[in-house]
Amino acid sequence: MAWRLKLVPEHTSIDFFRWQWLTFGGSFFLMAATVVIVAVMGLNFGIDFRGGTTIRTESTTPVDVGAYRAALETGGFEDASISEVFDPSFRADQHVAMVRIAPVDGAESVTEEVITQVEAALKSVDPAITFPSVESVGPKVSSELIWQAVMAVVLACTGIMAYVWMRFEWQFALGTVVALLHDVLVTVGVFSLFQLKFDLTIVAALLTILGYSVNDTVVIFDRLRENLAKYKTMPLRDMMNLTANETLSRTIMTATTTLIALTVLIIFGGDVIRGFVFAMLFGVFIGTYSTLYVAKNIVLILGVDRGDKPKKTKGGEFANIDA
Amino acid sequence: MEPTALWKRILILLVCGWGILAAVPNLFYAQVERHNDAVAAIAAADGASTPELDAEKAEWPAFLPSALVPLGLDLRGGAHLLAEVQVEDVYKARMDALWPEVRDALRDLRDQVGAVRRAPSPEGVLRVTISNPEGMAAALEAVRGLGSSVVTLTGVGQSTIDVTSEGNDVVVTLSDAEKKATDERTLQQSLEIIRRRVDEAGTREPTIQRQGEDRILIQVPGIGSAQELKELIGQTAKLTFNAVVSRTTDASATPGPRNLLLPSLDEKDIYYIIEESPVVSGDDLVDAQPSFDQNGSPAVSFRFDTTGARKFGDYTAANIGAPFAIVLDNQVISAPVIQSHIPGGSGIITGSFTVEDSTRLAVLLRAGALPAEMTFLEERTIGPELGADSVQAGRMAGIVGLAAVALYMLVSYGWFGMMANVALAVNLFLLVAVLSTIGATLTLPGIAGIVLTMGMAVDANVLIYERIREELRNKLSPPAAVQEGFSRAFSAIMDSNITGLLTALIMYWIGSGPVRGFAVTMGIGIITSMFTAVYVTRFIIEIWMGWKRPKTITV
Repeated sequence: MAWRLKLVPEHTSIDFFRWQWLTFGGSFFLMAATVVIVAVMGLNFGIDFRGGTTIRTESTTPVDVGAYRAALETGGFEDASISEVFDPSFRADQHVAMVRIAPVDGAESVTEEVITQVEAALKSVDPAITFPSVESVGPKVSSELIWQAVMAVVLACTGIMAYVWMRFEWQFALGTVVALLHDVLVTVGVFSLFQLKFDLTIVAALLTILGYSVNDTVVIFDRLRENLAKYKTMPLRDMMNLTANETLSRTIMTATTTLIALTVLIIFGGDVIRGFVFAMLFGVFIGTYSTLYVAKNIVLILGVDRGDKPKKTKGGEFANIDA
Repeated sequence: MEPTALWKRILILLVCGWGILAAVPNLFYAQVERHNDAVAAIAAADGASTPELDAEKAEWPAFLPSALVPLGLDLRGGAHLLAEVQVEDVYKARMDALWPEVRDALRDLRDQVGAVRRAPSPEGVLRVTISNPEGMAAALEAVRGLGSSVVTLTGVGQSTIDVTSEGNDVVVTLSDAEKKATDERTLQQSLEIIRRRVDEAGTREPTIQRQGEDRILIQVPGIGSAQELKELIGQTAKLTFNAVVSRTTDASATPGPRNLLLPSLDEKDIYYIIEESPVVSGDDLVDAQPSFDQNGSPAVSFRFDTTGARKFGDYTAANIGAPFAIVLDNQVISAPVIQSHIPGGSGIITGSFTVEDSTRLAVLLRAGALPAEMTFLEERTIGPELGADSVQAGRMAGIVGLAAVALYMLVSYGWFGMMANVALAVNLFLLVAVLSTIGATLTLPGIAGIVLTMGMAVDANVLIYERIREELRNKLSPPAAVQEGFSRAFSAIMDSNITGLLTALIMYWIGSGPVRGFAVTMGIGIITSMFTAVYVTRFIIEIWMGWKRPKTITV
């Protein structure tokens, strides 16, 4: 036998329901906590969702946030937020900062004067400063983008639920969607708790998390369906444990390859997409967790109809597409 | 293990071969780009070439594919604008232009309606007070007579204007059908003008597209800033009608005092000497439409407002048989000969037009100035250095990510991992090949999508291999275990990828900008990875097993 790296032993018999009150209950606690955190702390919306202007500055001299702020305050931009950006890929004399300016009240579109004034103010602090990117979004578009983002997540969940329902049974569909909502909610909660910038790309990351998590969940359900047909009398709970253990090696393997790719991205991918990659990195963790500890519990609670008509219990009417 | 049918094998090899061939130009991005630019430049000059262009063209062999993945603004640098066209501006202009006509029509009915004057009204509404309310019915009928019928897909037969009465006032507005048709025209016109001006600036691959009802998205790579872009599209094109002094092929002819020498737009090496002061200017033009003359050949009909009509009428009456020039931005669009006195302020330009020519000319004539104001809802400038940094970061992440995932597969599955890695490499080539061929723009989130796809692409392989391991534990023979592994893992692979594809579709459908770029690479990546993980890996394993005939295998 040649040597193989195995993160999971060949045979495992973990009882995934043993600490149910902690794992499953904990998940619900986290979801509830997210709602509270978001309600209290809110989200640190980027300009995509809030409107306003972000200016990326770059200079060969170190960023002096205090001086930048002072210059902007004299220019009349008291509520400008300034943050320095660090990245391992920057050159030694590359100093980057992001300046964010709130939208002008009542203005539907972007005003050029604001940008010019801000740039002039910053130039007075550091004449060598350049502006590699300047982005402005008017409040009219930003409110539409919020709506689009919410719609996207809702539609994706509905679509997935419909598909799982079609291929499996409604209990599975519900279990999948609860697991998905759990992943999305908790990720949003982390963004709220640490006040990380939440913009359009984060929504793309959330949708990817949905895609990843459902992938993971469906693989287990697929095997569960197979086992349901194979072992007619085994209690559902034992069967679920058997299924999860059988597929555990694959679950961990896929999570690891994805995490490897994402870790590389977060290190080398540059600061522009760091938030996006972080969301996905976190999402893959939580998605794997929810696959093992949330989705199945819902199905177990709801129960599966295992009547004597195997054809029916095996799945919905499209369950036989597989070769 | 049932071997794959020969035709399927050939098909798999063909697809892989195509993928590699079509993806290769992207490895030599700068070279191929220069080649493509040179080819385009030569084609634009009707085959005329220079040694420099030939040298650039020779940098990439012509027999190889040369389609590249277009880079998005965030990778190349440039400006992005989302503009909203204030379509209501046009309603106001239309109502203001209608007032003289209404006044003249009612003046003819003076004995019935009494004195007529325009009352103050919101923009886009024409309110006319008559002093004799008994004549209201007659007034309404007369004003309604000024409307023509809208011809659209939905509103055939509806009048262009709604005319109602309020007390002593006749209230005129554009009908809903006409508003719709007007909005459509305004948008088309704005698009055409913006396109013309951006094209004139000669930038590479600009994106100018309509979004929704009244918005225009403009993305121009390589331009310095959004401000510059705004200035570029904000310029007013100047349209004038001038008297022609003479026509010449001499580019250095002296036009004489108060005359101008201008090139012709369509005819090569033809110049016109025209009088500097225009007879009528484009400000006086109300409308221009493609139409047909009495002989049925394509023509362009146009209409001036009242002042323009008077000036134009007087001039044509005095100059029958003489040519006059239609000049747009210092180029002579056309120089027809005045056939007759044109009194009503409307005329028709005939020439040796095709239908396309006349349509284009009509658009150009209307395209004099932007028909309505634009407000900018979103603007983004990305510097080329930031884009280059992002490309660099993306490339680095891609290479390291690929190496890391490949190594992990190797230590986890040994020789089988190696075979999966070959499939993974083919997958990358295929993904890039598809992106190049359909011309999907690659953005930074798109690169992240590719790297993520590499991580997730091996999932199908993992599913299959884990299944083979299980079947081997169940004491199946190697060929049978492989067969079972592939066929039993298939339903899970299908289910998981279809749901992934579903989310990519939704992202593409709803999302904009960065989200779309990501959705495209993720969606295509899911499809190509299914192909490579299932078919290519199976193909390689089959070949290997047929060759070695192993008694035992270790996955």
